[in-house]
Amino acid sequence: MANKNKNKTPEQIAYGQLEKKHELKRPVLKNCIRAFWVGGCICLVGQAFTYFYIYMFNFTEKTAGNPTTATMVFLSMLLTGFGIYDRLGQYAGAGSAVPVTGFGNSVVSAAIEHRTEGYVLGVGGNIFKLAGTVIVFGVFSAFVVVLIRTVIMMWGGF
Amino acid sequence: MPGKSQTWVFDNQPAILSTGVVGGPFEKNGRLVDDFDRFFEDLWLGQDTYEKAQQKLIEEAVQIALKKQNLQETDIQFFLAGDLINQITPTSFAARTNAIPYFGLFSACATSMESLALAAFIINHGGAQKVVVGASSHNASAEKQFRYPTEYGGQKPPSAQWTVTGAGFAVIGPAEENGPVPRITSATIGKVLDLGISDPFNMGGAMAPAAVDTIERHLQDMGRDPSYYDLIITGDLAKIGRSIALDLFRNKQLAVTEEQFQDCGLLIYDESQPVQAGASGPGCSAVVLYGHLLNEMKKGRYKRILLVATGALLSPLSFQQGETIPCIAHACAIEYL
Repeated sequence: MANKNKNKTPEQIAYGQLEKKHELKRPVLKNCIRAFWVGGCICLVGQAFTYFYIYMFNFTEKTAGNPTTATMVFLSMLLTGFGIYDRLGQYAGAGSAVPVTGFGNSVVSAAIEHRTEGYVLGVGGNIFKLAGTVIVFGVFSAFVVVLIRTVIMMWGGF
Repeated sequence: MPGKSQTWVFDNQPAILSTGVVGGPFEKNGRLVDDFDRFFEDLWLGQDTYEKAQQKLIEEAVQIALKKQNLQETDIQFFLAGDLINQITPTSFAARTNAIPYFGLFSACATSMESLALAAFIINHGGAQKVVVGASSHNASAEKQFRYPTEYGGQKPPSAQWTVTGAGFAVIGPAEENGPVPRITSATIGKVLDLGISDPFNMGGAMAPAAVDTIERHLQDMGRDPSYYDLIITGDLAKIGRSIALDLFRNKQLAVTEEQFQDCGLLIYDESQPVQAGASGPGCSAVVLYGHLLNEMKKGRYKRILLVATGALLSPLSFQQGETIPCIAHACAIEYL
């Protein structure tokens, strides 16, 4: 906070304090409860699909993850296209953003939005506009974690 | 006029001759339904992009305003307007259609009053006989440019505002008959103020000081008490901005009362609509003034109003680069004389 105020004039700092008093607080507890139950429901549906693939199609618990993810992303794509997922997102916040359906929504919504600029520059160029940062930092942090794990295993040898 | 005045006084009192106000489907469920000339049922307005849809909003509003006066495009000397979209293409493309000599304006959501003030100045000094002014915004085109894709499921904070889909345009000219009509009697041009707010989801908080500064300057320049106006109404400060502005008035000891100080962004939508802090967009103050407020003036509810449109002069690039949000406010005094 102190750092943020470094380049501000005294007038700006004083106004920032006055402004803070009027700001509407995010209802954190309410948001947490909503995120918990909506996110939980989404995961419940995912779990049901996992069992479905295990018992009906002879997947194992390890391999059922891929078709389950594909199904969930497909469902989120439909809900996004019908204009439902954004409303769910306003209600549930992290509850609908964190599961893989939120990832699907960020990809599909960008693709729909930029359809008017054509398939190549519009859809192709913008489809990962939001999801790109998840992919980049997801891959990078996975790399760092694995690097640490490898180094520890080489030194410690366990 | 004293040297440092920011205010123009219009002795010839140019009048608002007719208006055209159109809105989208979301506005149709709002509170000011009776004050629109036309609603479109679909956000696309039958076009294939949202930007074209916004252009259509402008064309339609201008047509309605002209028709009410039985005017053709060729009777109009200048078209002064603007919007939020990159390089104000919706407005410029609409100006291509109507082929009226055109001033493209930008001061974000303050464009509505920038255009009205300039038009009043031109008419007052005999620079034209008839001018069309106005502003427009489209929810989806603005969201696309400034925030996230429309179908993206991100959660908006309670300080966020909802961009109005609508266009408000008016024909301005010297008053023809002597009967009472809404006239622009003065206008105050604001300066750009930046009080260090950088959150693009808190426009009201960023814009409030600009609104208060312009109101203070206006009252000073005109030597008026706030009680001169039945209504001092800001463009789109919404809940947070309005309460900050009231606080700033108290600190500056300006006697602006709570009933007298309203906000267009809080009038247009119904309580039940999910707009968070309120409405915003250049179209917001334009549709509320040219629709609702003028109708209320005709009904005799208000005689003198001061409309202060506020604009946040940011771009999607500037806030990503961590810049704070400079803001502006322009005010027009409209009196029913």
